[in-house]
Amino acid sequence: MTERKILLGNEAMAHGLLEAGCTLAASYPGTPASEIVGTLAAFKRSGTIAMHVEWSINEKVALETALASSYAGRRSAAAMKQVGLNVAADPFMSAAYTGVTGGLVVIVADDPGPHSSQTEQDTRQFAMFAKVPVLDPMSPAHARDLLLTAFDLSEDYQIPVLFRPTTRVCHARQDMPLRPFRQDAPLAQFEKDPARWAATPKFRFLLHKKLNEKLDAIGRDPRLQPVQLNPGASAEKGGGVIVASGAVCAHTAEVLKDLGLWQSIPLYDAPMPFPLSEDFLTGLLDNAPRILVLEETQPVMEAQFRDRAKVLGRLSGHVPREGELLPETVERIVRAFAGLPQAEASQGANAPGRRPTLCPGCAHRAAFFAIRKVFPRGIYPGDIGCYTLGLNLGAVDTVLCMGASISQAAGFYHAFRDSGQNSRPIVATIGDSTFYHAGIPALINAVIQGCRFVVVVLDNTTTAMTGHQPTPAEGRSLDGRTVPRVRIEDLARACGVRHVSVGDPYDFQAFTDLLKAAREHTRDPENGGMAVVIARRPCLMDRKQAQPARRPAPRINDKCQGCGFCITHFECPALVFHGKEEAVTVDDALCTGCGVCIHVCPHSAIEMAPQP
Amino acid sequence: MKQQIVISGLGGQGVLFVSKILGEAALARGLSVLMSETHGMAQRGGNVISHVKVMDRQGEKDQGDVAMDPAWQVSPLIRPGHAHVLLALHEEGVRAHGHFLSPDGALVCNRISPTGPGDVDATGIARKLGNLLAANLVLLGFAAASGVLFCSMDDLRQVLMRLGGPRRDANLAALEAGSAAAIGDA
Repeated sequence: MTERKILLGNEAMAHGLLEAGCTLAASYPGTPASEIVGTLAAFKRSGTIAMHVEWSINEKVALETALASSYAGRRSAAAMKQVGLNVAADPFMSAAYTGVTGGLVVIVADDPGPHSSQTEQDTRQFAMFAKVPVLDPMSPAHARDLLLTAFDLSEDYQIPVLFRPTTRVCHARQDMPLRPFRQDAPLAQFEKDPARWAATPKFRFLLHKKLNEKLDAIGRDPRLQPVQLNPGASAEKGGGVIVASGAVCAHTAEVLKDLGLWQSIPLYDAPMPFPLSEDFLTGLLDNAPRILVLEETQPVMEAQFRDRAKVLGRLSGHVPREGELLPETVERIVRAFAGLPQAEASQGANAPGRRPTLCPGCAHRAAFFAIRKVFPRGIYPGDIGCYTLGLNLGAVDTVLCMGASISQAAGFYHAFRDSGQNSRPIVATIGDSTFYHAGIPALINAVIQGCRFVVVVLDNTTTAMTGHQPTPAEGRSLDGRTVPRVRIEDLARACGVRHVSVGDPYDFQAFTDLLKAAREHTRDPENGGMAVVIARRPCLMDRKQAQPARRPAPRINDKCQGCGFCITHFECPALVFHGKEEAVTVDDALCTGCGVCIHVCPHSAIEMAPQP
Repeated sequence: MKQQIVISGLGGQGVLFVSKILGEAALARGLSVLMSETHGMAQRGGNVISHVKVMDRQGEKDQGDVAMDPAWQVSPLIRPGHAHVLLALHEEGVRAHGHFLSPDGALVCNRISPTGPGDVDATGIARKLGNLLAANLVLLGFAAASGVLFCSMDDLRQVLMRLGGPRRDANLAALEAGSAAAIGDA
């Protein structure tokens, strides 16, 4: 009997890549996509696979690397979250024209909700924009299987294939039989063909024409036609059919079965929501009285119907235009579609729940508190990572996209200076991994535009939010080779910053002094300019890094008046508020003994416990 | 569907570990599982939820038309009002996720001062064991011994034995302590 294993959707996709004989996988981590290449990286570290696996510096680099590997005839993949494709949009759009040789699958995970993202953008729409086919798996096991078809499709038509799981596929777990990984891979081979690989605009036109022809043929490909999941069902007179794709299709199947509609409403799963074949679309329009389209998060299939008079979906207002299509939402839509009464309104979540917060002992919290203290009237452009949660502490004013903290700080600087106002202090915060990803060009730009503000690089020497992937400071590749370390302080100096300092935020007084020195540099009329302060302390949650011995929790003395200052301005989960005029207590299960809160209390009510 | 279980807690309480054990217990019984979990930003100290659906194995389908396997035609999420069991690792979980529980479902809740039959001070028991982080397993043992889960205490013991690791004995002790609390209450 084959061994069955419970695999996370992202693990299942990693298996799918290996079963398909993929030889290279490149990615920048981002929820909900991180564990795809994370799984491959673990295989790589243990020496069990030959594939080249890398955490690239950003998604653009990842995609370009995978693309050239596929030019060389070898199956390759890039993986990222949906906003990562925005970063990789440039090579992606162009790759549709050049096409590929070895199969290229670009896995882009969407996050309807959104749960851990800036947008609810639908990557399937990106596929339409770029004119490449996109596959939309409905479950982890489906995703693993569909990846094999994705590589075949890519090679058969010499076109990149987008693979779009959503959070509910990436972060679902399902049992499935294990299968062997494909071991054979062709030798790399590159045939020079400048009219294709280095096409000038004249040839681009020809490539575009070819791309359109490929797309027409792909739409008709029998392997990826929509399939009726309940072949026994036929629409009742005046009834309708449902077309769905992705996890929403799984919700819909369950809801139809529960409501006793499995035999009366045909349900089509479209594994390839773009391009849909004209035959399928006109067939439905000719035969079905009404067509309900359920998809996340934008009307991609719906928009491909030329005549939408009897098509119900987001464009017609029958499906909400934003938010995740949860199974309960699908149930409401299906009930309305089938003319069933709505279920008793579920009372919904009866409490808003806790908001996420930085971990107890997180050095970012100390850095943010110090920034607020030294720059009380500052503007604080922030960035993408755990430290976005600095907004709970009033230390993050803007969050846009990877690397934007530094360029937005520059924009604020020019706006205030050029309008003749005494420049307000501006302090950008950016994580170490984000700095490597997109902060460097922004920092160079700030330097050459003569900006004067402080950049604090919150350096926990890992990519914490997405599961502690390594950064270029590690100096080691995934297969264990020693490679040059690329250090943030060297980069900052090479960007032209003359004031660069490094400190440990736990050493609160010294770190505060570093911030003050940086502030003075931005104000120095003679030699001043940009300043970079690196707040360096390994992430406490990262088991790979050496952690200092845990220190005892501090004590609350009788000076505590229950004013709540430490709660609102420091928000450490280990400090427990019991109401005004009640003394705060320390939860010693959570406290890491960092001792930074001792510097926070305005009444000196928190003190170091005596050393045991 | 054999059983739908919602596990609710705060980031860091071990919600994912409890789901993992339940999933492995299902697999060992020849059942199939489909689970959903919370990752990323929401894990940082916020409310965390995990959905576990246990069902009969749908054939050993390994090849063929993928989407037609009924095992894949199941939502990875539990709808509000449809959970047979809610395991609340923190009493706040009842407020945040109580609406998932079916009207005739079973609530098992970690509460400092137990107020109902499904309540147990799992944190207190774990503290007595000197293993504060194992409150999740105390609660799981309590639930299994109370008879509300699809699996038995013995199934869970075997999963923990198989998982092994440096915390194996401490985990088993926590599971047993939870079970003892349930039997003592009965």
